Amino acid sequence: MKPRLAYLGFVVLVAAVVIAPLLSSNYRTFQLAFVGIYLIALLGLNILTGLTGQISLGHGAFMGVGAYATTILVVDHGWNNLLTLPVAGVVAGLAGLAFGLPATRFAGPYLALATFAIPLSFIGLLKRFPHFTGGTLGKQLPSVHSQFGFHTNPSVWVYWTSWIVALVMFVVAWLIVRGRFGRALRSVRDSEIAATASGVSTAGVKTVAFGISAFYCGVAGGLFAIAVTYVNPDTFPIDLSILLLVGVVLGGAGSLGGMVFGALFVEFIRITWGPALLDLFSQVHHINTRAPGSSLVVYGVVLLLVLYVAPAGAAGLVRRLVTGKAAVAAWAKQSQMPAEDQA
Amino acid sequence: MQQFFQALMAGLADGAIFASLALALVLIYKATEVINFAQGEMAMFTTYIAYALLTHPHFGHTLSYWPAFFMTLVIAFVFGVGLQRVVIKPLEKASVLTVVMATIALLVILNGLAAWIWSPELKFFPSPFPTSTWVIGGVHISKQDTGTFGVTLACVFVLWLFFRFTKLGLAMRAGAVNPVAARLLGVRTSWLLALGWGFAAVLGAVSGMMSAPTNFLSPSMMQAVLIFAFASAVLGGLESPVGAVAGGLGLGVLLSMLGTYVHPVTPELRLPVALLILLVVLLIKPAGLFGRVVVRRV
Repeated sequence: MKPRLAYLGFVVLVAAVVIAPLLSSNYRTFQLAFVGIYLIALLGLNILTGLTGQISLGHGAFMGVGAYATTILVVDHGWNNLLTLPVAGVVAGLAGLAFGLPATRFAGPYLALATFAIPLSFIGLLKRFPHFTGGTLGKQLPSVHSQFGFHTNPSVWVYWTSWIVALVMFVVAWLIVRGRFGRALRSVRDSEIAATASGVSTAGVKTVAFGISAFYCGVAGGLFAIAVTYVNPDTFPIDLSILLLVGVVLGGAGSLGGMVFGALFVEFIRITWGPALLDLFSQVHHINTRAPGSSLVVYGVVLLLVLYVAPAGAAGLVRRLVTGKAAVAAWAKQSQMPAEDQA
Repeated sequence: MQQFFQALMAGLADGAIFASLALALVLIYKATEVINFAQGEMAMFTTYIAYALLTHPHFGHTLSYWPAFFMTLVIAFVFGVGLQRVVIKPLEKASVLTVVMATIALLVILNGLAAWIWSPELKFFPSPFPTSTWVIGGVHISKQDTGTFGVTLACVFVLWLFFRFTKLGLAMRAGAVNPVAARLLGVRTSWLLALGWGFAAVLGAVSGMMSAPTNFLSPSMMQAVLIFAFASAVLGGLESPVGAVAGGLGLGVLLSMLGTYVHPVTPELRLPVALLILLVVLLIKPAGLFGRVVVRRV
């Protein structure tokens, strides 16, 4: 997308963030706060999956690492909850680097399967060391009403905190991917052999991308813990990791702006759209669509449909409207999981 | 000594289950370079089908264990072929990443469907083997562990016979080694891929039905097994069927021994330990114990 349009898009996003809480109920504001939190996680995962082409099914667990870091610092050490966010990011980022260092020796699909082990192992570790993590019962955080002499209700506070952090990290992600390093990431995605021949250390680039993406997810996880005021091993199941990946693909792998659509999808499919769709279906077919598992079927079917119909995701559809069909067709021909630079 | 043999036998039984799922992964990987994430959920789903055959009356009566077992294998085969034709084939020309994403979508759908149809509660799944033990020289050997080990390895052996001694097996191996040349020689590689998915589904069904009596039937029963199977396959080198089986048995015995003799390793730590083994193997010997070192020209 042309840079001018990208700037315009960002201004529209900021305007929407400022206006949205004025038009929303308290509950809707709380939901939109989660959109901001998911946006941070998706921006991170997008650097790994969208730009570097490495699928991860484990980033929900890095959110979990960040959430537990925040919770333990706030509850057991009395930290201010905002100050825990950088720590949450760094702890998750280091965990990501430690995992990425050996795992990025894998070519694409292998890495994905290795990452599948992270959420499952993470839950096991949480239960194994209960004196530190609270075990299966988890830990309770205080709900936030005021900070720095700024009194609001918790929904509004969480909304502003998560969106300010999200917008800052959006700009940081843009700075990361626009230059030399971003080119290295994309070269690894498009052809590892060509990248190596051009002097890019593919394993090194993948490891760093893994660390950055885990950092983003750690920050998102810290905010998540502050928002829900409660963490336990079931807060970060494998489903969350899968949902994040669905969000990246649906938003448009490789596109920063697309992640906003992805984050909207992740929040609203879970709580609002998914159940509504299923209710519609149940009126036609008279089956119990509120049963457990039905929402997973919706995510899966949506993911498959996106892969078949719009492999470039929501960002691809927007681009088609803006720049015309021909350019997109040429792009889609090049690769089935096309990616765009900064939209 | 008795404790050692019991741990060994339990480990071999677990390992055989890992091995059959690892073999299923290797089978699809060798043919298409795609790792099938839905492998574990396909196994889980077919185990639920076996459960339905065993508990719900069909045409007036329920099936007994072995007829249900073999009928499930046939259903699993058709199921695997069908999934490849319907879901994966339309993405034939797409990148590996897209196909892998499609298998992840399948994982999610099958997991959700199983919980939707059969509810996510744990269910008891019968074992064809008695829970009693043989006593040989003072050592108790569980009949169930021995049976699991025997059935799983028998299935692996039959599959090996198929690949080694039939024309179709030869064609499938040719299609995996060099699809273009195989196609030029008249091998219908596209259908062979579907066949590969069918066999992988059968192996998965065996591992699912064998692990359900001890681990109980639930929609997430195979997620951990899939990780163990993947660790086994990596241990064996990912391209080597023999390596997958050896890796599976080795991992099963290792985990069982660690659980018996190293007390800090509680059941919750089985997965983290497997993950650690996976990462250490990758660092020290990325090609696995039986794999070829792939040299890439740059």
